[in-house]
Amino acid sequence: MKEAFKGRVWKLGDDIDTDIIIPTQFLALKTVEDMKKYAFNPLRPELAAQIQPGDIIVAGKNFGCGSSREQAPEILAALKISCIIAKSYARIFYRNAFNNGLLLLENNELYDCCREGDEVSVQLENSQVLLGEKSFEVASIPTDLLQMVEAGGLVPFMRKRNGK
Amino acid sequence: MGYTLAEKIIMRNTKRSSVTAGELLNVNVDKVMVHDIFAPFVVEKFREMGFEKVWNPDKIVFVYDHLVPTSFIEDFRHHKIADAFAAEQHIKAVHRADGVCHQLMPELRYVVPGQVVFGTDSHTTTYGAIGSFSTGIGYTEMAAIFGTGQLWIKVPPTLKFTIDGELPNGVYSKDIILRILGDIGADGGTYKALEFGGSTIKGLSISSRMTLSNMAVEAGAKVGLIEPDEKTFAFSGVEGSQFQDLKSDPDANYEKVFHYDASNFKPVVACPSNVDNISDVEALLGTKIDQGFIGSCTNGRFEDLEVAAKILKGRKIAPFTKLIVTPASRSIYAEAAKAGIIGILVEAGAIMNPPACGLCCGRSGGIVSDGERVIATNNRNFLGRMGSPKSEIFLASPATVAAAALEGKIVDPRKYL
Amino acid sequence: MGMTMGEKILARASGKEFVKPGEIITAKVDLCMSNDGTTHLNIDIFEKQLKAEKVFDPKKVIFIVDHNVPSESAKTAQVHKKMRIFAQKHEIPFYEGTGVCHQIMIEDFVVPGQLVIAADSHTCSYGGLGAFGTGVGCTDFTSVMNTGEIWLMVPETLKFEIEGSFKAGVYARDLILKIIGDIGANGANYRIMEFGGPAVKNFTVDDRVVLCNMAVEAGAKTGLVEADQIAIDYVKTRGRHDMNLYTSDEDAVYENTYQYSLDELEPMIAIPHCVDDVVGVTQIGEVKIDQGFIGSCNNGRIEELRAAAQILQGKKIDPYVKLLISPASKAVYLEALAEGLIDIFVESGAMVLNPNCSVCWGSCQGVIGEGETLISTGTRNFKGRAGHPNSSVYLASAATVAASALTGKITDPRGFVV
Repeated sequence: MKEAFKGRVWKLGDDIDTDIIIPTQFLALKTVEDMKKYAFNPLRPELAAQIQPGDIIVAGKNFGCGSSREQAPEILAALKISCIIAKSYARIFYRNAFNNGLLLLENNELYDCCREGDEVSVQLENSQVLLGEKSFEVASIPTDLLQMVEAGGLVPFMRKRNGK
Repeated sequence: MGYTLAEKIIMRNTKRSSVTAGELLNVNVDKVMVHDIFAPFVVEKFREMGFEKVWNPDKIVFVYDHLVPTSFIEDFRHHKIADAFAAEQHIKAVHRADGVCHQLMPELRYVVPGQVVFGTDSHTTTYGAIGSFSTGIGYTEMAAIFGTGQLWIKVPPTLKFTIDGELPNGVYSKDIILRILGDIGADGGTYKALEFGGSTIKGLSISSRMTLSNMAVEAGAKVGLIEPDEKTFAFSGVEGSQFQDLKSDPDANYEKVFHYDASNFKPVVACPSNVDNISDVEALLGTKIDQGFIGSCTNGRFEDLEVAAKILKGRKIAPFTKLIVTPASRSIYAEAAKAGIIGILVEAGAIMNPPACGLCCGRSGGIVSDGERVIATNNRNFLGRMGSPKSEIFLASPATVAAAALEGKIVDPRKYL
Repeated sequence: MGMTMGEKILARASGKEFVKPGEIITAKVDLCMSNDGTTHLNIDIFEKQLKAEKVFDPKKVIFIVDHNVPSESAKTAQVHKKMRIFAQKHEIPFYEGTGVCHQIMIEDFVVPGQLVIAADSHTCSYGGLGAFGTGVGCTDFTSVMNTGEIWLMVPETLKFEIEGSFKAGVYARDLILKIIGDIGANGANYRIMEFGGPAVKNFTVDDRVVLCNMAVEAGAKTGLVEADQIAIDYVKTRGRHDMNLYTSDEDAVYENTYQYSLDELEPMIAIPHCVDDVVGVTQIGEVKIDQGFIGSCNNGRIEELRAAAQILQGKKIDPYVKLLISPASKAVYLEALAEGLIDIFVESGAMVLNPNCSVCWGSCQGVIGEGETLISTGTRNFKGRAGHPNSSVYLASAATVAASALTGKITDPRGFVV
């Protein structure tokens, strides 16, 4: 895990649910690569094509609410989003994200201060996010969760356990 | 100090004499459920993790319900992969067309009170209605459980909802849970246990209780629990004496307690496109609708079809309006057919579908186009959930949906009851 | 020189005393019907190309949503919505989710002697009531919807003389499969197939529809059975009393006459991927199936459901087989419900669907995947008809499908019926 990185902001609202992140109709596509083109389709169908590796999603409260579909964090990881910074997360999504190596950070104020297209920098070491001159504190992530993200998620973790 | 119901079940599972909210611990998984949409991914992750044998084939249940009947060419792949894995791993509990997973799990007694259960579906919280600590997880964690039989959880703090008194005519458990969601918000229960109690809850049938627990996840909750009682033990076919520990203590540590007087509840509707966007039916009278849907793990049970039939008996649904009915399980369909309920619904003009998730999961079964409005008994009204992002979904009780289908607009169901 | 009954219907419709094969006539249409398979195109042509404002007679233009019910995509829902708007605007009869279009037409509209045009190939079904029904494409249909008229060439007629009686476990479905197998998928190209003889006189309307419905699978313009008291009773009990009864003259000219005896007939199967590749069930060998379907405008009526229920009663289908049953209409569904057949199906493990085209149309319910095998009472077994291009469809009677669903492989139903 990179200790510090920068990224361009895509701003989404409150309650971005799993059906917005990836609608049911696309869940039977064969691969995550096929599915990722439909990220946020009901809300902003053009967005998936615009997201570049390293971009950051900034959102309001309750990001990822709704179903247990793990394709939701998986496709965001596949789009190579470097992290999501939201006011809060729904719990199934939260677990699924870390299990898939997708970093989630929580901060209450950044959302109301930043605009889409802004560049923010994330410093994991001191749990800060910088927007221009302003800095925002994010809750620190437990080291073992960070290690799981770094390892690529729960699968590699289990492989290791199984000596594979 | 006492314990909440959530803590009691975890203590029972881990054989510990105390647990504290916020504590991380490993639980022994009593049962797991995987449905067809996610089965191939669980299998893939299971293999990627390097597992060869599942920890216990008798504790795994496969239910095909999201892609039943198959609507697209690729759907069958999910069933074939699950069939092959079940055969290889000697998993005997495979339901290929018997209904919605969350109905079948308690109905067929795969889940009984006091168990810790996980499913690859967020509405796994449903089994809280029979006193099971049950919740939804992703397929990667499910694959890990398949291999190990264990999962870490954080002991959730509990919000208690005490509801006393008698529900007014035309008001149902769906109206209760929608009201609660409106009050606490779609993130009001994030990573918490909701516990429902009080004389009103005691008076509810198991089916009505399942509606409450089912939608606990819509507040972000980990579980939605109800103390098992005689009704529960009879439903689950177990001896009540063995579950006497499954009661929350009077001095349990609740994060917050909410009191409701049942007589204050009214028929309500969740308006587009958030489950916590609640309005009284009275404020929406006359809102035109194109389609009604009665079904899902929230409200597709016998009593739901029965109340719809009561309203629709001898009447016809409005012209150019559809009412789609999808019973939650095969036995509900059979029972409703024998009781004359299906006949009434079809006479009235309802379109009967076989038991499955149907329209609720948005794969088929009545998908709508731009500008259409649906009023439905299921659990989510998210943007585009039932088709076009330019359509709108309202959530309500089966009575409210049936009454709306009769008139082609939202009306107060109490006038028909 | 006499006329066949088909010629007589066309003569009446074109206001002539006499017509003969090869003659081109302009006929007045008694009814026309369109379904969600193509109506969106019809509406576009009607409004944008013909720039028509009115249908020729709002009582005689019928729209039926039956192909994708309930809809499986927003695109399909858009088609349905378009039909609803048009139907409301023009105040024409509109049905949605009430059954397969041809069954609704037979139950609610068609009477003997009519000329009926519809934008669906199986319109020939109405011959079961002694009406001349035939399917057309969008352009033809749109013009009919606008003017109430159509040009037609009078077809030659082939006569099928049927005698004897069915053995237990053998049905009208087996007979029509046998006939198509014998004459081939183009064996009646642009002909009328007229079914008669002592056996057909005893056939119910359901059985007569089964024969006529598949006439198009031999390339026929239509199939016809003389309307007799059985047909008259059928329409009269449904409140329709005005009709024209035609019988073929003794000296009518037939291009060819075929004789069949039911006494020797066995259950027949059309094997992939042609409707005329037909063998007896005893010659089929070991064919494993993944799915069964009972329904469609060919074989989803009460008699077929009874035959299936007799076999399924008290039994469970093979756990790896999906059996989908779609009664042909709401009326059929309710009749089956009242007789306890729906209970039998549900308890056997079958999926009971709402009345619609369903698996026969292959795009909404029970779509099969690569390498899968379906045995169906539908009308066609063309490559890819039920889903993936590399899948297989066998056609058989409802009884054969039911028996096969129990065993997981194509099975002779005669071992299951009394």
